[in-house]
Amino acid sequence: MKKVLRLLFYIVVVGYAVITLGPFIWSIITSLKPTSELNTFAVNIKHLTLDNYKMIITKFPFLRWFINSAIVAAIVTFGNILFNSMAGYALARINFPGRNLLFMVVLALMMVPGQVVMVPTYILLSKLGWVNTYMGLTIPFLTSNFGIFLMRQFFLSLPKELEEAATIDGLSRFGIFFKIVLPLSKPALATQFIFMFTGNWNSFLWPSLLTSSDDMYTLPVGLNSFYGQYYQFWNQVMAGAILLTLPTILIFLIFQRYFVKGISTTGLK
Amino acid sequence: MEAKMTMKKRYLYEALSGYAFVLPFIASISIFLIGPLIYAFIISFKEFSFLNPEASRWVGFANYIKLFSDPTFKRALLNTTLYSLGVVPTQLIIALILALIVNSNIKGKTFFRVAYYIPTVTSTVAVSVIFLYLFKADGLVNVLLAKFGIQGPAWFNDVRFALPSIMMMAIWSSVGNYMVIFLAGLQDIPSELYEAAEVDGANKFQRFFKITLPMLRPIVFFNLVMSLIGTFQVFDQAYVVSQGTGGPLDATMTVVLDIYRTGFRDFNMGYASAMAFALFVIILILTLIQRKLFKEETY
Repeated sequence: MKKVLRLLFYIVVVGYAVITLGPFIWSIITSLKPTSELNTFAVNIKHLTLDNYKMIITKFPFLRWFINSAIVAAIVTFGNILFNSMAGYALARINFPGRNLLFMVVLALMMVPGQVVMVPTYILLSKLGWVNTYMGLTIPFLTSNFGIFLMRQFFLSLPKELEEAATIDGLSRFGIFFKIVLPLSKPALATQFIFMFTGNWNSFLWPSLLTSSDDMYTLPVGLNSFYGQYYQFWNQVMAGAILLTLPTILIFLIFQRYFVKGISTTGLK
Repeated sequence: MEAKMTMKKRYLYEALSGYAFVLPFIASISIFLIGPLIYAFIISFKEFSFLNPEASRWVGFANYIKLFSDPTFKRALLNTTLYSLGVVPTQLIIALILALIVNSNIKGKTFFRVAYYIPTVTSTVAVSVIFLYLFKADGLVNVLLAKFGIQGPAWFNDVRFALPSIMMMAIWSSVGNYMVIFLAGLQDIPSELYEAAEVDGANKFQRFFKITLPMLRPIVFFNLVMSLIGTFQVFDQAYVVSQGTGGPLDATMTVVLDIYRTGFRDFNMGYASAMAFALFVIILILTLIQRKLFKEETY
């Protein structure tokens, strides 16, 4: 009986991994198939080719979209990591009038769905001439209420003694923050990095609103428009999907060992 | 006297550095969140088009009243509610089971953790096209079903199956997120509790229902709120699957998709803002109800 249960347990464990990984494996295989074999489910290993990737990069602007996404995600992620941890640190540690009010504002704004400000933000950005520019895709997204909340919770969990000692040594708040606090915050920063990078890299609603010509598309917007026109070429569509997916998976794999720890210490619960 | 001065100076310095630390954040939310929020509230009482701002005029509550008789909005709200009702409980239950699995002593724990989490870091657009391919009328899923003698539907193109297909896809791609948060919570439960229960002769099920679940309570609440807020804002999958139309026959029309179309395709921006505020109020009420339920049950 116990052995049967154990077997059932492992069937569930492995079965769910097949469910999560299977679609990726099938789309990778499809992305390597020549168009002539698209309608068969058999896979002929000798015929697998990288042509579809070459095709979407040379004949379509996928490389441009990839670069756009990389530029935008790099700027937004860097801004968020810096500004969210600065604000989170001030909310956790520094005494200034209005601190509690500001924290209430952060909590309240976390409840506001982004769609509410879609129309005014679009109007504002078009008045500034920022629609369809890198400025428009990055500047409005440099801080995040959720990210600030996470960082504040994390800094509250750090022991105060080191910072107090540093104050006695005459270090300024900025010195303490950059030289002592940030180096101690690796799990929280790694978690923040994963959340902010994947969130921005995968973002679709805002970039599709804020871009109007295909040379400014980010990769998700580009893939959607490519799919709309060439949906019968599934091998090329899948190559695009894999191109869009790989960077976030790689970054997650690199940082994943900090991840559960980071979530735990940021008190994300 | 001098000591007092330095105290005051230190306090001032401390306050100033506090403001310096929060300055980028305050600038950003003032310009890109609070300002637009106020502006959106104002134009929700106007007939307003970005293309012709001079022609905008006050209409009072007309935009909000119109919501109650707008068939597309009602359909969008119904679809979004069904979507949320289907997705929230299913994904939380699966997430909890997976968290228990990867928290137990199985072989290859790290591999399974990563495997279960990977869909979560994947772009919704990529997931949508991958699922459209797997679930097309003559796709892999239907071929496999046919082996068992089951005739699969056209999934995303079938009026009855389009919304459930999006729900299934959403569950698949976001379970990992809630699993990790459950996992962090499970690891925070002191192991002494389980040891004591074992000494008292409690079996696995008793330990789960008497220790694990009660200890996870705040995390269940957090996940419930996040999942609810997330599901009510569903857009990407509906947009990609229907290429922005909400079809077939409004089967995949969601509230946010309706807002997007009304604001940026029909340029009816006052009405779109009223819709967005209605969505905000719905989310707010649901969150407050949950908070109340969870607080009361604790006693």
